[in-house]
Amino acid sequence: MAVAPVRILYFAWLRERVGTAEESVQPPEGVTTVGALVAWLSARSPGHAAAFAAGRTVRCAVNQDFADPAAAVRPGDEVAFFPPVTGG
Amino acid sequence: MATVRVQTADFDLGAEFAALTAGRTDIGGVGSFIGTVRDTAAGRPITAMTLEHYPGMTERALAAIAAEAEQRWNLLGCALIHRVGRLAPGEAIVLVLAAAPHREAALQATSFLIDWLKTRAPFWKKECFADGSEAWVAASDADDAATARWIKQD
Repeated sequence: MAVAPVRILYFAWLRERVGTAEESVQPPEGVTTVGALVAWLSARSPGHAAAFAAGRTVRCAVNQDFADPAAAVRPGDEVAFFPPVTGG
Repeated sequence: MATVRVQTADFDLGAEFAALTAGRTDIGGVGSFIGTVRDTAAGRPITAMTLEHYPGMTERALAAIAAEAEQRWNLLGCALIHRVGRLAPGEAIVLVLAAAPHREAALQATSFLIDWLKTRAPFWKKECFADGSEAWVAASDADDAATARWIKQD
């Protein structure tokens, strides 16, 4: 049975650096946390590497809730990466 | 029940106040805050500001922040309306209304709502300068400090 992909969303300058707002990925077995997913995504392109090079200023949400690097990522999840928020 | 909206269109303060208070005689005060686009950023003139958001998560975050304020200050209602898209200097960005039996709760809740919105709701601002350059706004330590003062110490 096929494993459901993980839907990745990028916002603000992460979107500009990666070059896309959204992508669907199939992380390898063993990539089960946000931190591991970031490391794996960083190797996909120079744009990804540039986006995630900002390290600690990159925020994450899993299924629309804020998440830290230790948070679990499962097939079918929606994982978003973005800078610290600046609304209001 | 809080009113929470993300929209490109402008909002009408009078209409939102009327909707919040229609048929109510138990409200003693409504606190309000309207954020507007300032024409400079760090001393440089800007021609516009573009606001981006995370559809779905933004509405959820605003609803959670509104629910927290309603519960903490026993509000009789509140409204959070945030605009997105390209906005010119002078245009309204955000509206916060908080209704309560007494002014202290209404004013405190209004202050809490805008502080929390600024650091917890997924919106991002990009400033467009008069010379044609653009820059994403960096998160402010002052905004983080303003939010931190509402965190209960218990």
